[in-house]
Amino acid sequence: MLARIGLDEAEVPALAKELNTIIGFVEQLSEVDTEGVKPFTSPVENKMRWREDVVADGGYAEHVLANAPDKDDEYFAVPKVVE
Amino acid sequence: MSKLTDLNLAQARDGLVSKAFSAAELTQSHIERVEASDALNAYVLKTPEKAMDMAKASDEKISNGTAGPLEGLPIGVKDLFCTKGVRTTASSKILGEFIPPYESTVTQNLWNDGAVLLGKLNNDEFAMGSSNETSCFGPVNNPYQGANGENLVPGGSSGGSSAAVAARLGVAATATDTGGSIRQPAAFTGTVGLKPTYGRCSRWGVVAFASSLDQAGPITQTVRDAAIMLGSMASFDKRDSTSVERDVPNYEAALTGNIKGLRVGIPKEYRVDTMPAEIEALWQQGIDWLKDAGAEIVDVSLPHTKYALPAYYIIAPAEASSNLARYDGVRYGARQTGVDIDDMYSNTRAAGFGDEVKRRIMVGTYALSAGYYDAYYIKALQVRRLIAEDFDRAYEKCDVLLTPTTPSAAFAVGKQVEDPLEMYLNDVFTVTVNLAGLPGLSVPAGLDANGLPLGLQLIGKAFGEEELLRVGEVLETAAGFTTRPKQWWSA
Amino acid sequence: MASNQNLIAGATGDWEVVMGLEIHAQIASESKLFSGAATEFGAAPNSQVSLVDAAMPGMLPVINAYCIEQAVRTGLGLKAQVNKYSVFDRKNYFYPDLPQGYQISQFLQPIVGEGAIEIDLPDGSVKTIGVERLHLEQDAGKSLHDQHPSQSFVDLNRSGVALMEIVSHPDMRSAAEAQAYVKKVRAILRYLGTCDGNMEQGSLRADVNVSVRRPGDELGTRCEIKNVNSIRFIGQAIEHEARRQIDLIEDGGVVQQQTRLFDPKNGETRAMRSKEEAHDYRYFPDPDLLPLEFDQAFVDAIAKDLPELPDDKKARFISDYKLSPYDASVLVSEAENAAFFEAAAEGQDAKAVANMVIGSVFAGLNKAGLAIADSPVTPSQVGQLVGLISDDTVSNSIAKEVFEMMFDEGPDQGKDAHVIVEEKGLKQVTDMGAIEAAVDEVIAANPDKVTQAQERPKMAGWFVGQVMQATGGKANPQAVNKLVLAKLGLDS
Repeated sequence: MLARIGLDEAEVPALAKELNTIIGFVEQLSEVDTEGVKPFTSPVENKMRWREDVVADGGYAEHVLANAPDKDDEYFAVPKVVE
Repeated sequence: MSKLTDLNLAQARDGLVSKAFSAAELTQSHIERVEASDALNAYVLKTPEKAMDMAKASDEKISNGTAGPLEGLPIGVKDLFCTKGVRTTASSKILGEFIPPYESTVTQNLWNDGAVLLGKLNNDEFAMGSSNETSCFGPVNNPYQGANGENLVPGGSSGGSSAAVAARLGVAATATDTGGSIRQPAAFTGTVGLKPTYGRCSRWGVVAFASSLDQAGPITQTVRDAAIMLGSMASFDKRDSTSVERDVPNYEAALTGNIKGLRVGIPKEYRVDTMPAEIEALWQQGIDWLKDAGAEIVDVSLPHTKYALPAYYIIAPAEASSNLARYDGVRYGARQTGVDIDDMYSNTRAAGFGDEVKRRIMVGTYALSAGYYDAYYIKALQVRRLIAEDFDRAYEKCDVLLTPTTPSAAFAVGKQVEDPLEMYLNDVFTVTVNLAGLPGLSVPAGLDANGLPLGLQLIGKAFGEEELLRVGEVLETAAGFTTRPKQWWSA
Repeated sequence: MASNQNLIAGATGDWEVVMGLEIHAQIASESKLFSGAATEFGAAPNSQVSLVDAAMPGMLPVINAYCIEQAVRTGLGLKAQVNKYSVFDRKNYFYPDLPQGYQISQFLQPIVGEGAIEIDLPDGSVKTIGVERLHLEQDAGKSLHDQHPSQSFVDLNRSGVALMEIVSHPDMRSAAEAQAYVKKVRAILRYLGTCDGNMEQGSLRADVNVSVRRPGDELGTRCEIKNVNSIRFIGQAIEHEARRQIDLIEDGGVVQQQTRLFDPKNGETRAMRSKEEAHDYRYFPDPDLLPLEFDQAFVDAIAKDLPELPDDKKARFISDYKLSPYDASVLVSEAENAAFFEAAAEGQDAKAVANMVIGSVFAGLNKAGLAIADSPVTPSQVGQLVGLISDDTVSNSIAKEVFEMMFDEGPDQGKDAHVIVEEKGLKQVTDMGAIEAAVDEVIAANPDKVTQAQERPKMAGWFVGQVMQATGGKANPQAVNKLVLAKLGLDS
């Protein structure tokens, strides 16, 4: 499934019921007339700031890899991926 | 020395400035109190050695005249803020023993100003909850107990922060608020909670729940303390594209006590049917207090209030489902094994996330999926605009709004955990503020019949924190809330 | 309209193959699209990774101004609509080299909209290919699958590198057209300097959407061949994929919409296992970013600074230098080649220069595996040499020899053409007396051939050859020809 969360068969009915309740709850939005209303994506109304193109970060592979559950020298290691 | 822990932040600061005691002494007494607080479960990580090192460094600065505005003041930090070299978990199993190689902007600002880290505070997992019961470290107990001595929740998601401040386990605490996570716990624990305007405090280094709603702020004992904390936490941060480039005013200087002529709006839609009479009465009391202080009371309407919670419960889970995709067991956190990569992801996320987080990820995934995107997600964003426009119209008639913070006082641990929807209703008065990106302040204003704290909420205009704090202090003074919880958690 | 020559014959009749391309072009920036980490190729694994690129908790993107400029520049170069308001979306999917669990891209509102480019086909014709859009997005990291029996290794150096995705309309009808399209896009990017176009290093790669249909039918179901990284492979991949689909349908099968990989080892495409499931990317506006906005003045300033692009240059070469469209398109395919030609052509016969640049310079460089920047012969040397042909100092064939000498000696010891001609005595003999003496000598020595030639005038060429040989190739061939004909009495 899209969320990539494994579920036990036994959990499914209860979870489905909860999700249906929540979906039922949010469905009351359909009552609202939103014809022509522009979606609100951020409370910030400023123009987005741009940063200069300079190398100012990176160069610390040891920090990047420090918390890795599994690594091989300079790489993160994961179960084999078949493309 | 235990008396040092009775001081609020401003008092402790003044004591340090006047050299009535040292930062080391102040910190030591807080460390001892934190050590004896395990029954509250407010701290998920204590850092006493680091605290003493920082306190000694502060004493050095105080003696050589280079002290910062928060020099030597011991605080707790919600475990959602990444702290360099100090384990950060968002109270989720999935982060395992994650040790950030970086410091969040907000906490860095606090350390730059001299604050001392006592430890990391419990919270609902990834800040998803209103009772602090979804934490992988277990629930936090409210320092206030029920009439029959039963344990109550401290609110959430910043339950560790609110409990710690109410129990004097630090002079203040950092917190975050996505739908009410600062104000609701503050109301449940007789503390002050300030959710600043979206963009006022940097989100850089704060574990994200819902990016367009999350905002850091303080939980403190007094409104003045909140003003002092915000002055340090707030900053413009070019590393956060949603941080607003704006000078940080002297919030403490805004506390003039004068609100003559200020127009206070009372939104009629907040008078919900299910509201207990004592909350209704407290709200009326608050109106009278502000009127007595010279404010003008104005009735206003926020017609889309009813739709705030459903909109929130689409937008927040949608953003969360994406924000939490990075917890995949590849680069950090607790990985579970799997036969292949997809199996590893599924196992890692199944074991790492708690039920509420899973529920929200699934709701969010659903709301964003191709067939439902317009009907749910876009619809919710449109309603969000209508809610924001409600506030714009209200502010044509008034300067701040006054509402209750919560529809009830703190409830018993375990009482609502079985019913997600009932839990969501805790945020009914607070969530509109996040949707509109406005600042909100909860001030302890009274007690219910069981002697439990109740809060009143003030809502300001965008970047109107000075005015908000000014009114908040007037309300605080009028309410004269001095109740302290009985110290049942340690001898 | 598709010309018939593009149709592919199947067992049951003719098929038309339809292609659209998504070209991923890495922006030639110093740092990444949303972080300050370096983008240089070939660095040690994970050494060019910021906390943002590794998607550490609480890390936030901040956009690179230079990348915005380059996208606008490219949009203008593609003669496309530049959108002054665009939006970054998250494209959500799980993959180990996608640290955030989503790619920041632009979905509904890209920075550049509709445009068009003209491609030059081998038969000399020109076809217009529609560009649907260009958007900015992050590259993913890199997974290595062949280093360990049960594990894949992840290097995030590429994670977050700025890409422009250029999406064409499904306007192409043959592998040759698709190849010409990629060549043309690559040339435009390189002219603009927005992407180095290096396909070997992955700075430019294409996803090719291929479908087949009966001529005149609706579009068929398409397969997407991912990440093809050479122009030759694009051709092979398309040809194999079109044939596979035709065979499949003719055998009663149905083409499944699918993501496929091209394997250069066997020249075949195969379905990607990891991408088999239908994707629902759940795009939504990235709440960590704000809409991307700029004003017309920003666009105008970039437009003002735009270099002459291949099409304009080609038109100018045709009108100013009187070159053939073919020669012009060969010369403008790379900005450096065009510049070499223009420098060489200064004050010289441009057509002759074009011939020498294409016939000798490019061929020589190709053979030696050298880039134009490393050419042992400079443009001015080429110009001078052409000058020597023009003023009859040397013949074309001598000029070729001289060129080879200059090319082999290289730029350091390299002598200018007139010096070589002087030293080696290669100067064309234009002294009529000397030429006449040589002609007389050959005629006198070959009376039998004279008789033959008078019967069969084509034999005159044999005399010209003998005279040229006798003069070491230095005699002016026209003069020899004229004299031979006159002496043999064939000039009437």
